[in-house]
This record gives sequence, structure tokens and C-alpha cells, in this order.
Amino acid sequence: MAQMNMIEAIRSAHDIVMDRDPNVVVLGEDVGYFGGVFRCTDGLQRKYGEHRVIDAPIAEGGIIGAAIGMGVNGLRPVAEIQFADYIYPGFDQIVSELARLRYRTCGEFFSPVTIRTPCGGGIRGGQTHSQSPEGIFTHVSGIKVVMPSNPYDAKGLLISAIESDDPVVFFEPKRIYNGPFDGDPDKPAVSWSSHPKGEVPEGYYTVPLGEAEVARSGSELTIVTYGTLVHVAVAAAELTGVDAEVIDVRSLSPLDVTTLADSVKKTGRCLIAHEATRFSGYGAELAATLQKECFYYLEAPIGRVGGWDTPYPHAFEWQYFPGQRRMAAGIRRVMEAE
Amino acid sequence: MAKESRLHIPRPTARPGDEPDFSYLNLSPAGAVDKPGTDARVREIEHLSTGLIRVLDDDHSAKGPWNPNMEPADLQIALRWMLLNRVFDERMWQIQRQGRISFYMEALGEEAVSIGQAMALRHGDMCFPSYRNQGLYMYRGVKLVDMMCQCLSNTRDMCQGRQLPIMYHSKSGNVFSISGNLGTQYPHAVGWAMASAIKGEDHVAASWVGDGTTAEADFHHALTFAAVYQAPVILNVVNNQWAISTFQGTAGGERRPFAARGLGLGIPGLRVDGNDLLAIYSATLWAADRARRGGGPALIELVTYRGGAHSTSDDPSKYRPKHEWTDFPLGDPVERLKQHLISEGHWSDAKHEALTEELKSEVLAAWKEAQKYGTMTEGPWLDPATMFDDVYADPPKRLESQRRRMLETQRMNGDGGQG
Repeated sequence: MAQMNMIEAIRSAHDIVMDRDPNVVVLGEDVGYFGGVFRCTDGLQRKYGEHRVIDAPIAEGGIIGAAIGMGVNGLRPVAEIQFADYIYPGFDQIVSELARLRYRTCGEFFSPVTIRTPCGGGIRGGQTHSQSPEGIFTHVSGIKVVMPSNPYDAKGLLISAIESDDPVVFFEPKRIYNGPFDGDPDKPAVSWSSHPKGEVPEGYYTVPLGEAEVARSGSELTIVTYGTLVHVAVAAAELTGVDAEVIDVRSLSPLDVTTLADSVKKTGRCLIAHEATRFSGYGAELAATLQKECFYYLEAPIGRVGGWDTPYPHAFEWQYFPGQRRMAAGIRRVMEAE
Repeated sequence: MAKESRLHIPRPTARPGDEPDFSYLNLSPAGAVDKPGTDARVREIEHLSTGLIRVLDDDHSAKGPWNPNMEPADLQIALRWMLLNRVFDERMWQIQRQGRISFYMEALGEEAVSIGQAMALRHGDMCFPSYRNQGLYMYRGVKLVDMMCQCLSNTRDMCQGRQLPIMYHSKSGNVFSISGNLGTQYPHAVGWAMASAIKGEDHVAASWVGDGTTAEADFHHALTFAAVYQAPVILNVVNNQWAISTFQGTAGGERRPFAARGLGLGIPGLRVDGNDLLAIYSATLWAADRARRGGGPALIELVTYRGGAHSTSDDPSKYRPKHEWTDFPLGDPVERLKQHLISEGHWSDAKHEALTEELKSEVLAAWKEAQKYGTMTEGPWLDPATMFDDVYADPPKRLESQRRRMLETQRMNGDGGQG
């Protein structure tokens, strides 16, 4: 085992898969010589060459479109979109092409593209470096959507994503690249070295897509969340003294309904949290599914905590970001409801 | 992949540790390119996209048919604005390094672009800038203190804290909002120009992107619409050789200049020395005249060099030679205009020194004033409740209830309302 932050874990996943499968290629803006603006692909071009770690023109639609073509021709492309906020020029290629290729050709053609992209706020990035657009992608049939909350899962899930014959959009919460973040910006930054999930095997392993994980066991309430907010939820449970069970969804699509529903049936109360704007967010899907699965076990309406329904405001980052207080208020609302 | 890859991979001529090598740039002396009339047919002027329009020669004299014969007083004004842009950037960069603003982008080495083009346009012409066009805002009347307040996200911030530093806008100055996404403003400029034509007006639009952004689909959408409707628009490509670590060859500049991108659509291209204020002014005036008289769009490539880092988040020493800028054959735009004025007897080192000091004082005074309206660590503070304004003209009820909930959190905790 080694100590890795999320960047190192992601880099290691690339390295392992590229070493095992010569068809894996990486492409994106600044990913090659420079090693990526977040250093996630640092050293890969030196090791695997310019023909497998390809510096791309600044054209997200082009990167994703070309990746699809490479995948059709037998390669296994990993495309980096520098920020999730920049993914929209590639949206048509993802929604109309990547997601539907297998379906419209009855399985004759497919393209096993993995799209990696840093998402989420907390780095003072303003509205073009802070968005959480995962719900836009979970709404599309034919692609899988993943968001890890720690280095161990990041590596294992990324290897699974790259090896998957289905396309995967892999969101990386950039605020927790270097360490877990509990939602309090006034506390000194913490590194992954003191966190059990910062222990990462150096070799090959996978975390399967479609499996949620219990991040904190509890009995009074279930918090269903993913990404950075897993850490906020754990902190909010301590803050409120409510014995909450925190479920890290990890794989948004496919969704592990069983793990989520088992927990909610056990606790009888459920709070759903994500950084993304709440209205029509992925949380609405979770709430609908869980109320159907757990209706007779619920002692209170399912609560939701999310980003406010505005664009991400630069100066009001900490009023916007659903931190411990909003999470705690959400916990109390669900606990107090009859 | 048992066989060897046959894919072509563009490579820059120099990497860290190498000697800078600009042999790939096709250069020519000032005066080498002819100046056709603004009514020339595209097929007759294709060569303008491959030559290099220059006025200021290596010996600092102004020569050739593109010489706009500007008055010395106007050139001194141009020098002042360019220098102000540079002095402002130096101060703001320093302020970011001190942690007093979150982010900054400087225009080092590219100041002639914004200033030269702003001077050639009329106030009624609309500008759709990129993030290194702060000079446009300055020239169009945005006060330094207001630009600083935007960067500080303070109580006088034109964006009310909603945008990253440098994402200015100026309705009164006819300069559009900087988005933060690449190239999205290019089709907007074309649409604005189409509206100008529809309304029967003679205003033109101008927009700017970098060489890297020419790869984005929006660049091509803009060119197509501009050509189809012969929109009165000037589409500028500021070729500063680098887009973060992406060099201009990866952007598609290896075989044909960016100025030639529009030829297939019938858009004339002008390849211009981007560090030569006179050439920039002259070429822009030519394109604006052509557009104003109904001659349609033009594409101008400004050949320059990004003297600094992409942004305060970037470290260019990781991917390009450290001293590439000082070796750039087209020099420094401020220094070239200064030397030209000196050689003509209209300027001196002493005057330049005095002007620099004056501008530094002006910038410092603006900075002192800006801080009075709040900084990242000291009040007065913007009211966070304003974050819910302007999402819609007619806001849905849920925004009002979210605003109330945020204010309750604030009251309960007696502070800024941290979530």
C-alpha cells in the first residue's frame, strides 16, 4: 500500500491500465507534455509517448468526437475535459453520439470512451470553474456516471470505468484532490495521508461501478450523498450529534438502490445532499426511488440539501456551498419531522 | 498496436532548457505588403493572410503603404494607454501574489492589440473581448478603480461578486461581458453585427480570441455566419503562440496562418504584426471601413507573444523556454512604440520614465481607493442575499424561499452566513 492523494491515485490508475492495455490512449488539453493543469496525467507522456498521451487542440467537442472515433477503431480512449464547466461544447457528441451508438446500431458499433473531468466548488473558481453538472449526464441513457470521494475509490473506479465497454463520465471533485474537506473553509487544509482512504494499493484493483458504500455507520438517519459532500455529511453528523449513516453513492448511474434502500429502511429517515443546484438535480431521482422503495419505513419526508438555484457566485462561495450548517439544518429538519 | 504509430504529432520548436527558436514564423520587413483598397475582392487579396503587415520596422521608423501617419500626439496617447495597461497588470499581479485577489490574467506583450484596435474603432462599434483585452475596457472609459473593485468582488464590484476577477463588462463603453468560457463571444459579435445591418446602421462589431480558441466550434460557427450574411464584423485572432501549454501548432497553426482560416468562406484575412501599434491601428481601420461600407467581415491575425503566464494559476517554465519572450523577433510593443517616438523626436527616455511613474501613482491611488469599498479580508461586505438577484428577470418563488433560508442561517449564526 502507498499513501496517495486523489491526483496520484488517478495518475496511478492511468499508468496501470496503459501498461496492461496498449489500446488505452489519453487525450485532452494540456494533458501531455505539461501533465494536465491538475497534474493528473503528469509523467504519462514521458512513459508512454506522444502517440498515446496526446495534447489536443482546445475543442471539447473535437476531443470527445475524436475519442468516439478512436474507440470505434479499437482504441480505449480516456478523454480529459479540463473543467466540467467546459464540457458543454462536447455535449452533443456525448448525448447524441457516445450514449446512443450501441443502441442505434444494435450493438455493432460502440465506443468505450471514459471522460474524466474535475467538478465542484470550493476553490474560489467562480462560475466557470465550480459547477457540478452530473445530473445533466445521469439523465442521459447509455452513459454511466461516477464521482469518487477519496483516492482509493478514485483509482479503483477509474480502472473500472476505463475497462468498461460502456462510456463513462467520471467526475473528480477538485476540492478534495489534495485532501478531504469537511465544508469549513476556515480550518487548515488536511491531507489524505491521515485518512484511511488515502491508503491506495500501488497495483491493479477495481472498485466496481454500481456499488455504493457506507462511509459512516449510523442508526437514526441516512444521508445519501457523493463527492465532497460525503466529508461534509460525516462532519455534520458529528456536529449535530445525530447518529447518521452516510452513504457514498460513488456510482450515480448505474445506481446501487439496494445499499441505499437497506440503510433508509433501517433508519427510517433520509436526507439527500449534493453540491449541484437542487431543482431537478440528481437528488430528485434519489428521493423518488427511495420513497418508492422505503415508503412504509419512512418516518419523515425525505429531505434535500443542495446548492442554491443560482449560478455559482465567486464572492459568496461559502454562502452558496452546502456546508456543515446547511447539512446540519437539513438533518434537524428530517429528524424533527413527524 | 504492434506496429509503430504513423500519427503526426506537432511539436514546438523549443522546450524548457532549449534555445528559443522562432524560425517557424514567416516574417517580412515593414512595407513589404501592399495595401489594397477596402473594396478589393477577396480573391485579389488572399496574400494579405500569409504576408505580415508591418509599419514599424526594426530600426523603429514607420514605413510602407500601411503607415497610418498618426499624429505624434495620438501616438503619445497610444503609448500612455499601453503603458497604463502594463503598469495596471503589474500591480494587480502583485496584489494576487499577496493573496488579496483570487486570480489575475495579464496582457504582457499584447498591449498593442487592445489599444491599437480600440483607437481604430468608433464608440458605437461593439467589442466582444477575450480575457486578455483589459485595455479595451480602460480605453472605453472604465475607471481603474472600478476594474480593481471587480477583481476584489467588493461593494462596488460591477459583477456584485458573481464573477472571477477580470471578467469585466461595460454597457456604457460598448464592451461586452467576458464569459470565462473560450470563444463563446465570437458568434455573439457576428449576431450583433447582423443586427446592426438589419437595423440599417453602420456600426461594426469586433471580437477577439486566442490562437488556441480557433479550434473551438464557436470560432467556426462565427466565421460561417459572418460569411453567409456578410456581417459587418472584425474577427481577431490574437496569436500569442501559447494557450496555457498548448502551442500554436497544436491549435492548427503549423501549415497555414490563422489569418487564412476564413479564405475558404470568402472572408479576407490580414496577418498583422501584433506588436506594432501602427500596423494594428491601420489594419483595423481598413477592416472597419470595409465592413462599414457593406464589404462584409474580415479576419485579422495579430502575431504576438504571451509575455507572461496564462494566468496566476499557470507556470509556463514547465513547458516553454524561460526567456522565449525576450527572444521574440517582433519585440515588445511598448518598447517599439517608445523607440519610434524617440527616433522621430517626439519622446525621450526621461519623459517615458516620468510617465511610468505618473501611471504607477495613478494605479496606486486607484488601489487605495478600491480597498475602501472592501477587500477579501476587510469590509464593507457585499450582501450575500444579492446572489439570488438577476438569475431571472421574473424570479420563481423557490429563489425567494432559498434567499430567506440563507438569511435565517446567517441570523442564527450571527456571521456572513457560511453554508
